[in-house]
This record gives sequence, C-alpha cells and structure tokens, in this order.
Amino acid sequence: MSLSTQDVEKVARLARLAMTGPEIETARAQLSGIFDLIAEMQAVDTTGIEPMSHAQDLSQRLREDKVTETNQREAFQAIAPQVEAGLYLVPKVIE
Amino acid sequence: MFESSLKQLGDALRAKKISSVELTQLYLDRIARLNPELNAYVTLNPEASLAQARAADQCITKNEAPPLTGIPIAQKDIFCAKGWRTTCGSKMLENFVAPYDAHVIEQFNRAGAVNLGKTNMDEFAMGSSNETSYFGTVKNPWGTARVPGGSSGGTAAAVAARLCAAATGTDTGGSIRQPAALCGISGLKPTYGVCSRYGMIAFASSLDQAGPMGRSAEDLALMMNAMAGFDERDSTSLQREKEDYARDLNKPLSGLRIGLPKEFFAEGLGSDVAQAVEAAIAEYRKLGATVVDISLPNTRLSIPVYYVLAPAEASSNLSRFDGVRYGYRAPDYTDLTDMYEKTRAQGFGTEVKRRIMIGTYVLSHGYYDAYYIQAQRIRRLIAQDFTEAFKQCDVIMGPTSPSTAFKLGEKGDDPVQMYLSDIYTIAVNLAGLPGMSIPCGFGSNDMPVGLQIIGNYFDEARMLNAAHQYQLATDWHSRAPQGL
Repeated sequence: MSLSTQDVEKVARLARLAMTGPEIETARAQLSGIFDLIAEMQAVDTTGIEPMSHAQDLSQRLREDKVTETNQREAFQAIAPQVEAGLYLVPKVIE
Repeated sequence: MFESSLKQLGDALRAKKISSVELTQLYLDRIARLNPELNAYVTLNPEASLAQARAADQCITKNEAPPLTGIPIAQKDIFCAKGWRTTCGSKMLENFVAPYDAHVIEQFNRAGAVNLGKTNMDEFAMGSSNETSYFGTVKNPWGTARVPGGSSGGTAAAVAARLCAAATGTDTGGSIRQPAALCGISGLKPTYGVCSRYGMIAFASSLDQAGPMGRSAEDLALMMNAMAGFDERDSTSLQREKEDYARDLNKPLSGLRIGLPKEFFAEGLGSDVAQAVEAAIAEYRKLGATVVDISLPNTRLSIPVYYVLAPAEASSNLSRFDGVRYGYRAPDYTDLTDMYEKTRAQGFGTEVKRRIMIGTYVLSHGYYDAYYIQAQRIRRLIAQDFTEAFKQCDVIMGPTSPSTAFKLGEKGDDPVQMYLSDIYTIAVNLAGLPGMSIPCGFGSNDMPVGLQIIGNYFDEARMLNAAHQYQLATDWHSRAPQGL
C-alpha cells in the first residue's frame, strides 16, 4: 500500500509532530513498506471472531471512590519545564 | 565473585565473606572500566547505591535479610526510581528525575537489593538492536561490532559482561528474550499481569511486561520471587497468591512434553541457529522429555498484527509527552500547537516518531475497523493457536531469534527487516503467555544462540524447571565473553 505525501502530512498533523519536506518523503517511503507488511492481515477472514484486547479477557477492575494518595503538586511541578504560582505555564490559548 | 550466582552471593554476604558495600564497589569499579566501551549503563549514582549497600549490611547483621539483600541489581531505565534520572532512552526524558518508585523498584527495595544503576535501552523500548537510544548504541560484549539486541540491550550487555549480578528488563514483543539470546544470557517474560506495570513507562499497555534477566534460570527464579506480585495501582495487575518460582527447579524432566512448532523451523531461520536449537532438543530428550510436532498456523501474522496494535497503543501512551508537565520542551515556539509539534519533533527519535505515525494512521477515522479491530480479531486467532497447542504439550520450544547478533548499522535503514527479527517472540506477547530464552550454543560467527521456551499461562515455575535442568546438564549459560 502506497501512502501519499498528503496522507503523511495529515497524520503528522494529527500526531502533533512537526516534519520537514525531506522527513515527510522518507517517512512516506518507509511507512509504505510497513503498510505492505501489514496488508497481509487484511486478507484473513475473521467473521465471527471477537476482538481480543486483553490477554486474560478480564474486565477493568475498579477501586473504591475515595482518596488514597496525598497531593504532591510541589514535587510534580518541580520537574515541569515552566511553572508559576502553582500553575503550568503554556503559550496563551485564548486572547 | 563476578561469576557467582545470586544464591552464592547471598550466602557469601550472610557468611560475612564480603560485605554488600565491598561487593557494590567491586561492581562499580568494573562498570567504570568497561562501560565507556559497552555503553550498557546510562545512569549511575554510586552514592545512592552505596547507601543502599550500607543499609543492606545492617539488615544482614540483624539476620533479617531476604535472599536478595545486599546484591547489586541493575534496573532497565524504563522503571521510575525515586531520585534517579529515568530517561527511557529518550531525549524527551533526558533530565527527568522520577518523583516516585515503580512497583518493581519498590519490590526490589523491599527485598534489600542494591540498585546499581539504570541500563541503556531502545528509546521508549522501541527497537530490536538498541540502536535507537538517544544515549547511543550498546555494544554486544561477545563482539563489540555487533548489536546486543533490543530493547533491553543495555541490561543484556550488563549481565553478559558481568557488570551486575542480575537485572530487570521489559518485553513488549520480545525485548527480554531477543537480547538475552543475542548476549548469551537467560531472560524471562512472565505471564501478562504477573508483574505490575505501575511506574514502568508505557509503550503498548496490553503487551508490556516486566521480567528478570540473569545468568541462569535459578537466578531468574529468585528475581521473580522478588519482583512479581499484585499491585492495586495497576488495573492490569492480576490478583494471585504469591508464588515460589524456585519450587520446581529440581524436579526431573521425565514425562515433560515439548511441542516443536513447524512454523519456527521454516524459511528464514539461520542454519547455525537451527543446528544449536536442535542439539538442545536432543539434550532434552536425553533428560527424559518427549517431543511432539505441533503447529501455530498464524505465526506469520503476528508481525503485522503487532505493528498495528503496538503503535496504536504507543501513539496514545506517548501523547502525554507534550512539553507541559515534565520532560523536554522546545525552546522556541509561536503558539500552543507549535509548542507541541516542535517539542515532540525534537524530543522523539526517528523510530518513535515512525511508530506514533503508524498508530495515529491506523486509529484515524475510516481505518479503525480495517486495521485496529481486524488486528485484535487475529490476535485472538493467534492466542487460540497456543490454546490448541497446549492440549498436546507442556511447553513449546524453538529458536528465540532467527539469527545471532547482527552487525551495528546492518538493518538501520530498513525497519521491516528489523521488525522481522522478532518473528518468534511477538506471538507470545499477543497471547499474554510467559516465554523465556536461555543460551544453547554458538553460531558460525561465535555469537550466542538462544533457545526459547514458551509456557502456558502462569506456568513460569515449570519453564524455570525445564531451563534449570538443561543448565545442570550443559554449560552454555556459564560461558562469558573473553577479554573483559
């Protein structure tokens, strides 16, 4: 399966990955090869087969709805790129 | 001392033949001498290691010490360890110091083991050669022009070069077994859910599993006794009774039924690898096991299924790296979207970006059913193959990797060729089964060959028994690279 340059640009945008022209072309060629490999599974008849998302087919375990961990905001914000007054700093989103 | 088993080291520490501080210092000195060439470790913290060793010595003096107390263990750099730099092999986390311990780290701390350092790995555990680490490739101690395998390549090299007594790895598609095979050591991927993934940086959540890597099956059993166990903070952790994984090590193998899948001995397998594996099977026959021919008909589909499911999960898991709360942030940007895009473009390496792209594509509108759901359906067929096979045999054996360690750079430009090096290991992860690799000989280039042993769910003790009995009868596992 051959991906177009537009396909790669669209996926890069969705994945929030900035890519230059040459990077897009390299990615296009390599991703096309990988999707050729993946195409092999498209031909398999899976009618009536239930998708398997967990090896033991378990349902999600839930915990009691109560606080179990203390707030460690200071410890977590100490490793953030930019914080101020207890808030994470990012570029302005709303004018 | 560097050739001692975990049990021998534990006995020596208890008999006061050596202290944990002395033992830790011996390893730190050896690492200082050999690591500049091998690049197996990315982070050392001698002060922290020696502080743990001093605490272990006190514990031993009080006769309160569990079996691993005072023994220097290396940790793959995918596990968060409080106060330790935890990079996951990525520029994205180059300066990240974990604010908490992973469950596996907690377990080793509780066992009194000494954290010797963090081992190098493919970036975010994506790779089969340890060439994708931001911190440079690891070299195979058996031949430094060759790869150690991936993604736990740093761990495998550290164990093989005797730069630690044992170490941890993680296995999403073969990342414990394949590097164990290529570096001539033993490695075990437990049943999915047996070891908690809490604090283990996520790649593909339905496949990732932590496990031990060491010189022998006996060492792996002791490591499993420390690291396995239920953890309520990981919703995929299985609530089971604590096991003694060493309990069956000394059982004879008479009556053991070994399944040999014909698909594991087909085109693509190196003749020298096949020869070594067949010799190992012959040894098992001598030990009393019987051999059954079986089939795992969907083996060839495991790679395409894996390269849909794992990237899909990775694209979701790695969306958390956005430059806001922790990790790398691009220095120049115009707005929030530009910050995300530049941060991720600069922070991730090529292989990680490639897999995020695959995952984003297969999950995007219009393709979800055709790729993701179809892959999950075939995943069930692959798991059913194993269920049928285990009606005829107790364990499955075959090669771990189609070839011995390949040369650095040999497959770097061709991701598909690289992906095919995990052909025999991936199906085990898709099914959630336990699998291990033990050394069983050498190839034509004098590089190690691994024998893969696959067990039924929760059958780790039986697999370790099979591996240990083989290791009592052979000496492949005790051979070490020369000249180090």
